[in-house]
Amino acid sequence: MSLLKSILGTAVNTDAAEHLGKPTRRVDGPAKVTGAAKYAAEFNVPNLAYGVIVSSGVARGTITSINAAEIEAIPGVLKVLTHENAPKTAWLDRSHRDQISSKGGSPFRPLYQAELQYSAQPVALVVGETFEIARFAASLVRVEYDEKPHETDLHANQAAAHPPTDNSGGYTPAPKPRGDAESAFEKAAFRVEAEYSQPSEFHNPMESYASTCVYGEDGKLTIYQKTQGVQNCQAYVCSVFGLSKKDVQVISPYVGGGFGSGLRPTYELYLAVMAATALKHSVRVSMTRQQMFSFSHRPEAVQQIKLAANGDGLLDSVTHHAFEETSRKEEFLETVVNWSGLLYTCPNVSLVHQLVNLDVASPESMRAPGAATGIFAFESAIDELAYQAKTDPLEFRRKNYAEKDQNLDKPFSSKELRACYDQASERFGWQGRPLEPRSLRKGSDLIGWGVSTGCWEAMQQKAEVKAVLTADGKLTVSSATSDIGTGTYTVMTMIAAEFSGVAMENVSFELGDSSLVYSPVEGGSWTVASVGSAVKSVCEELRAKLFKLAGKMDGRPLGGAELADVTFVNGEVRVTKDPVKSVTYAEVLEAAGLDKLELDTTEQPQLIKRATHGCYSHSAVFAEVSVDEDLGTIHVTRVVSAIAGGRILNPMAARSQILGAIVWGISMAMAEEGLMDHGLGRCMNHSYAEYHVPVNADIHDIEVIFVPEHDEIVNALGAKGMGEIGIVGVASAVANAVWHATGKRVRSLPITLDKLL
Amino acid sequence: MNLATANASPPATQFVTLTINGQQRHLEVAPWTTLLDLLREYLDLTGTKKGCDHGQCGACTVLLDSKRVNSCLVLAVAKDGSQVTTIEGLAAPGSELHPMQQAFVDCDAFQCGYCTPGQICSAVGMIREGHAETADDIRELMSGNLCRCGAYPNIVAAIEKAMDATRARLSV
Ligand code: FES
Ligand code: FES
Repeated sequence: MSLLKSILGTAVNTDAAEHLGKPTRRVDGPAKVTGAAKYAAEFNVPNLAYGVIVSSGVARGTITSINAAEIEAIPGVLKVLTHENAPKTAWLDRSHRDQISSKGGSPFRPLYQAELQYSAQPVALVVGETFEIARFAASLVRVEYDEKPHETDLHANQAAAHPPTDNSGGYTPAPKPRGDAESAFEKAAFRVEAEYSQPSEFHNPMESYASTCVYGEDGKLTIYQKTQGVQNCQAYVCSVFGLSKKDVQVISPYVGGGFGSGLRPTYELYLAVMAATALKHSVRVSMTRQQMFSFSHRPEAVQQIKLAANGDGLLDSVTHHAFEETSRKEEFLETVVNWSGLLYTCPNVSLVHQLVNLDVASPESMRAPGAATGIFAFESAIDELAYQAKTDPLEFRRKNYAEKDQNLDKPFSSKELRACYDQASERFGWQGRPLEPRSLRKGSDLIGWGVSTGCWEAMQQKAEVKAVLTADGKLTVSSATSDIGTGTYTVMTMIAAEFSGVAMENVSFELGDSSLVYSPVEGGSWTVASVGSAVKSVCEELRAKLFKLAGKMDGRPLGGAELADVTFVNGEVRVTKDPVKSVTYAEVLEAAGLDKLELDTTEQPQLIKRATHGCYSHSAVFAEVSVDEDLGTIHVTRVVSAIAGGRILNPMAARSQILGAIVWGISMAMAEEGLMDHGLGRCMNHSYAEYHVPVNADIHDIEVIFVPEHDEIVNALGAKGMGEIGIVGVASAVANAVWHATGKRVRSLPITLDKLL
Repeated sequence: MNLATANASPPATQFVTLTINGQQRHLEVAPWTTLLDLLREYLDLTGTKKGCDHGQCGACTVLLDSKRVNSCLVLAVAKDGSQVTTIEGLAAPGSELHPMQQAFVDCDAFQCGYCTPGQICSAVGMIREGHAETADDIRELMSGNLCRCGAYPNIVAAIEKAMDATRARLSV
């Protein structure tokens, strides 16, 4: 154990780390493989009633009748809630907003009025004694509508686009133009002008949204909820239903995937709370898979891009204009175009982001929101420009490498993208790639190789963490964050063990309970940066406290050593050079007459350091496709992705995050598409059978490389987050590979075989 | 008044006997109760997951008379006398993990864990079928089990790792 590590509060020394940087199995693994892990709809309590949601069949109009009375007459039906009998909730829009919603919008309120906002919105909740009865009765609900015309077609309504008028956390408005993109474009030697489109996509985590709302004898609610933010849900329920925080506890120990769909409170929570409080009865409400298509989604986007390079192949002009759908009542905002002013050096840049209001549910962040969309289009266009300039597309990217964040005119906190290009291209075998499309073959298949850059912002939020060391030497660390499959339980346990010196097996991390100390929602890849940095701080404080207490012990077990002379390891304070001089944490507590030591720390983002830098993670993605020339079938046979994401704390879970995100990128490139019937204003393929996501046989070789990247600016741990960066640039690498294989440039996702024939 | 509604009353319950994880159970359920809902809502065996309720995702996979099935597509009353093994019954209670469960942990073959019980039961069922030799076979024969987290490469690695030990267990 090096001396460095024992000096409190210093930057992390990677080599000296005992846990951080070592592949570590998930601490929640055994619970997940045995079925012991309980998800929201799995907390079974006596006397539970079941609510089944009825969804609207039309997009706009007014409900003229619902046969609720008939349904309530069915034996076993306890209640049918509709807009006609729903108890009143808070009046003001402000009371319905949550941490994530846009600041000025009117969030959707289920069962609020006869007026409809979008197709498949909830219009009734049938509560029955059993699930089967509620489902049966719900199937008999008849809703009559007075229909009105709707608009759901982004392309047809592009003329109605307007700049965002609202704001929300995580959204960065497009930077002001720099230089003169238009005249630079006119003068340039090489030019590309193209339009790219991407359909709406639905998160579809494997676990459907569910709420088990347990009504206590005292009227208190214990809500087992699928969510990415228990405290966001708690605050929402309290504000909408006028309840006090002490009477509402939201619990979510395991979450069957989120990908952004659980950042905001979902409507089955609202319905479960409404039913439970109206009936004074515990109620479970789950969405069906079909209903998983009836709320948040990645917005459909149309993007117009103009790029130009001078005769030396240097980028001279970037114009990127994005149109995205949003609902009528809220502006969903994600950062789409800014990346195009950031990825490469370019003096003349014009970036515009506009919204089109449609009769759809409000979109919501979906894995790498904005970046997945914007960078697909931009990196496709960059590839087109490289071909105009007859330059190898990797070489083109290297040539135009950005050494600083030109949007902000600031240096990067760290940027090892060059190393990503080097290592991934070598692994992939890019060298010697023939430039011309249709020049690689394997048997009767056309083979193509494509490359793309990826980027995501390295964010940090305020977070609080509590640590309790008990007399038995066990440490419990907690914060109201979430583990949506990201490995939060494991990485926080590792960080706590690392900085407290308590052995891993004696550390437990608690999350997913609104009664724990404050955590932001889990999203944006900021959880390790935010909560993890707070875990580090609180454990460092714990060590300092233990050291102080040890100094007061009779017999001076550390022989008067200074803080810099001791090591904290395996539940002991030891004199580093004379390890026989040691004392266990349990002994320290006992000597101090304490049955526990409790500390609580709030970690603020490193604002001062961060303010002077652009903080991002980067990636280089290489993809190989094989295309059957006769049938047009496409397989993504190989992907190599190199990630510069700061310090990698648990390489095992980090690799899984990136693998999964690459599968998402392949899915975005090849499969996902919410098919809207604009006549009906409705998503028609709302099931796992018809909304395609990859199955095991669709996924072939994927290789992940982590490039070392040292960063003391982003946060105290130097970690940039893993959830989003892996997907960014995958769809463009695949699209660029398809071009290389076939000579066809597919600019609308997904790349299905009909677009190649 | 809607005719369907006027006559709507839930059908009478029926009795069914199932051996679930080695334990015989006599149950009274509605004829339309699926095996999946029976496990989750009536027996608190929530390890078996509901992903779609339509036979499209495989999250609900259990072993029914040793064969892998989507339990959301099975009506409980239709399987009177059958043996059911769920994720909770794969390894004897309190004993070590089944080799497939251990391999899933060792290979990090999941993230959110929601598809995992179905993947593991499906993998055991697949090995019993005896057609999976190569990684490509596994990919093909495991394609009835979606993983939205995209853990597929690690799932294949875990199954390869546990293949022999699982086979050995099946042959005893
Ligand atoms: S829940 Fe049975 S296949 Fe999806
Ligand atoms: S681990 Fe999340 S769906 Fe497979």
